[in-house]
This record gives sequence, C-alpha cells and structure tokens, in this order.
Amino acid sequence: MIDVKKIRKDFPILERQVNGYPLVYFDNAATSQTPIQVIDTIVDYYKNYNANIHRGVHSLSQEATDAYEAARQKIQSHFNAAHPYEIIFTSGTTHSINIIASGYCELLKAGDELLVSALEHHSNIVPWQMLCERTGAILKVIPMDEQGVLILDELDKLLSNKTKLVFVNHVSNALGTVNPIAEIIEKTHAVGAEVLVDGAQASPHIQADFQSLNVDYYVTSAHKLCGPTGVGMLYGKQAALEKLPPYQGGGEMIAEVTFEKTTYAGLPHKFEAGTPNISGGIAFGAALDYMNSIGMENIAAYEEKLLVYGTKELMKIPGLKIYGEAVHKTAVISFNVGDIHPYDIGSILDKMGIAVRTGHHCAQPIMDFYKIPGTVRASFSFYNTFEEIDLMVVALNRAITMLQ
Amino acid sequence: METIEAVQKEIIEEFSMFDDWMQRYEYMIELGKSLPLIASEFKSDDYIIKGCQSKVWVHADLQGTKLIFTADSDAIITKGIIAILIRAYSNQHPDEILNANTDFIDKIGLKEHLSPTRANGLVSMIKQMKMYALAFKTQLN
Repeated sequence: MIDVKKIRKDFPILERQVNGYPLVYFDNAATSQTPIQVIDTIVDYYKNYNANIHRGVHSLSQEATDAYEAARQKIQSHFNAAHPYEIIFTSGTTHSINIIASGYCELLKAGDELLVSALEHHSNIVPWQMLCERTGAILKVIPMDEQGVLILDELDKLLSNKTKLVFVNHVSNALGTVNPIAEIIEKTHAVGAEVLVDGAQASPHIQADFQSLNVDYYVTSAHKLCGPTGVGMLYGKQAALEKLPPYQGGGEMIAEVTFEKTTYAGLPHKFEAGTPNISGGIAFGAALDYMNSIGMENIAAYEEKLLVYGTKELMKIPGLKIYGEAVHKTAVISFNVGDIHPYDIGSILDKMGIAVRTGHHCAQPIMDFYKIPGTVRASFSFYNTFEEIDLMVVALNRAITMLQ
Repeated sequence: METIEAVQKEIIEEFSMFDDWMQRYEYMIELGKSLPLIASEFKSDDYIIKGCQSKVWVHADLQGTKLIFTADSDAIITKGIIAILIRAYSNQHPDEILNANTDFIDKIGLKEHLSPTRANGLVSMIKQMKMYALAFKTQLN
C-alpha cells in the first residue's frame, strides 16, 4: 500500500487554501498536479543546461539533447515500445491525433470507413469529421449501452474490408469506462485495419504495453500523469509511422534541402519539425520516473479503493445518479443529483474549496445519449485521500440543501 | 423611475449585509427561484446565449421608451444572476443600458462569475442585453 501522507508532501499545491478552505482537488482527469521532483527538473533545465537540441556542437546543447533523448527512452521503456524512435514528442494528445488524421488524409479514398467509439472526447471526433469531409471517407460509430460500455457485437457488424482505422479511447474521460482495447485491436487487425488508442485518461492509471497489445498508434499527454502541460506523445509502430507523410515542414524534420527537392529525416524527426518543448519532454520523463517510483500497480490498487469508497459514500445521497457503471472503471465518478444542474453543484463545491469538473466534459455525444446537460465529475488520483472524499460528501450535502 | 446607478447601489447595499458567501449564494438562489418566467416561445434556440455552461435565454421588448427584459436558465445560480441583471437593467431606456457600467458585480462578491472559465455566462448575458439596447435604440430614433 502506498504512503499517501508522504506522497502529498511532494505536491506543494495540495497545501494551499481555496476560498478559505483546504483545497480538495478532484479534477485529476482534466489535469494532474505536479510533484516537486518534476518541477525541479524544469527549473534545473532552465538554470543549468537550457540550449537548443540536436544542432549545437557545444556542451550545453549536448547535455540538453542527451536529457531529451533519455526522456524518450524512458517513455519507450515505460510503455514497452520496440524502439525509441517510435515515440514522437508532440504538444499533447490532440496534436498527436491531428498528426495521424492529417497523414491519413493522404491515404484514404472516398468510401473508406473509419470507426469511432461512442465514448470519445471531442478531440478524437472532430479531426476525423474534418478528415471525412475532405476525403469522402465515412465515419461510423461503435455504440455503447446504458452502463457506458461499448457493444462489441456491434463492432463486429461494423468491421469490414472497407474499414481503414478504428479509434477508441483506452479510458473514457466522461465516465471512466476502461475499454477492452486488446480485443478491439485483435478484431480490427483481422480485417486488415489499424487502431489508434487515445490513452490520455488511461496512462495515469494503467501501464499499457504497446508490444503485447500490438497497438498501431497510442497517444497521451504528460500533464495527465504528473508532467507539465504542452507536451505529449504519439507512439506508432515503425511501419505505421513510416507510411504517414510528414505533418509540418520546418527545421529538424529534413534530411537535405535544395530548391528542387527536400528529403525528409527518418523517425522520429520526420514528425518533430521546429524546436520542441525541451524542458517539457525532459519533465515528461521525470514524471514517469516519479510514477514508477510509487509503482503503477500500487497506484491502480489505491485508486480502486478510492473509487469503491467514493461510489459507496455518494450512493448514500438521495437522488444521486452515477453515469458510467462499467465493471472496469478508473477512479472517475460522473454524477447528477435529482434535477439540480451540475453547474450549480460545481459552483457551490468550489466555494468550499472542492475542485470538480462540471459540464459535458468535451463528450457531448455521451451527454446526448443520457439526455442530460452534463454531469459533475469527481476524478481521483493517488495523492487523494478517503478524508477528502468525506469532505466532498459533506459539502455536496450542504450544496443540495441550498439548491433544493 | 430609479436610475440604473441607483438600483445598482441598492443591490450593493443588500449584498453588503451578508456575512459570508453562503448567505450571498442562498440569496441568489432565492432570487433565481422568484425570477418571473419567460414566455415559452422565447425559450428557443433563437434566444439562447452561446458560451454558457448552463443554458440562458434572454428576450427584450420595447414598451414605450423602456426596454423590458425577460430571461431564464436551466441552472438556479445562473437564474439568480439573471434576476440581479434584470433588476438593474430592465425597464430602462436603451441609452441608459448602453451607458451603464458593470462594476457592481464585483462589489457584490460575484467577480468569479465574470471570469472566462465560468464559460462567459455573465459576460455574455450583459453583452446580449447591451446588444438588445443597441438594436432598440435605433427604433426609437
């Protein structure tokens, strides 16, 4: 079991007060907080070896390049990718998805089919809609049931030799459902199509193994797993990445430039035009080190306890309904109380120092499915405590008394 | 008829009697509950204000030289804010509405509702009311 008291000391922000109350941070699915070890990594970079990478012959540039490439290797080893160059640094999940969508634009023809799960975040829907408009490809939806679980029988019916790509999140941000990606990948590969997994919500809780999953593309953002914002990752199998054309032109991504023709650099530089977020990349590596020092299995086991306890305590509140009741869930509880608007609950909880998310969570199709304007979403992390859940329940009861 | 400034001053005085945020919010919720209903034909997408976490509908009607606002929301705190805005701006001449400032929101401790992360609810509402004032002003001239 993990020592939460000790862990909380690593997060300076958890000591602050909000509106006169101690902060209870339950918006971890939106962004996680940053431990001092990661903050120090960023400070250390700017204090001691800030330089542009891959170019300079001087020592600072060499040190920065080494640290950046070491971070790439940490990511590779954390997720068990076959090669470091299969890890592309991006600005985050949305950027990663757009690189793939943009590349696919060249590969698709009218009538090709793309499948998207009903549980997707807008960032995993909109780029594909744009892509379909340009190419004449067709977007189809893998439906979900009342519990917020994808109906795999329907996937079987949708898959055909017209299918080119299936995209699905590993974990739903709005409901916390863990999707059976191994099964989806196997079924999709059977018709010769590829799978893109959005791991933004999963990677703080579940350590995906890219090689054993045999996934084609997997994307995530560092800020979901104790790293900084503005940096993320696109993993692609070597063959998958090689067939995609470059995304942006610029420095770093070229091999040779003449006015007649430019040849592109190999992986990963082909997709890394321009000066990247160097400190962010290095801090991404530090964040993984931090998570691994606690242990991903320990994190998952503790968060599961928070989920079970939180669910049990919230269910005691009359009229409270939880959305997303999959058996396999991460520590996310999306709920409403009677017909009270989630905005009202969120506003009052905030006055008592409790940070939750309210609204449609960038997943409007899910809200439409349940015919609700949105939900209140409490999402837990390994630095949260059972006492904080108690505080939320007390605050929630006060909010309900005020609002009813 | 009181000026907008006078009404705003009254609202500030009322809110200054509350000791803490909870009393302020309870009062707003009460105001929200007592907000007169908007005619159902105006509770349509034509009158909706985009960019709010909660849905807000605002309608304006000219009676003589005064602009009368009616509005609604699906969230009760938002309704309370609307009630305050209507009290300040409704039944006033469009010129008065256009010239009115919004400092009183800050002074009654609702500044957080002016921040962009509250999905611009309050800011959009004020903007919409001023847009109506501008539109009806041309009718009067």
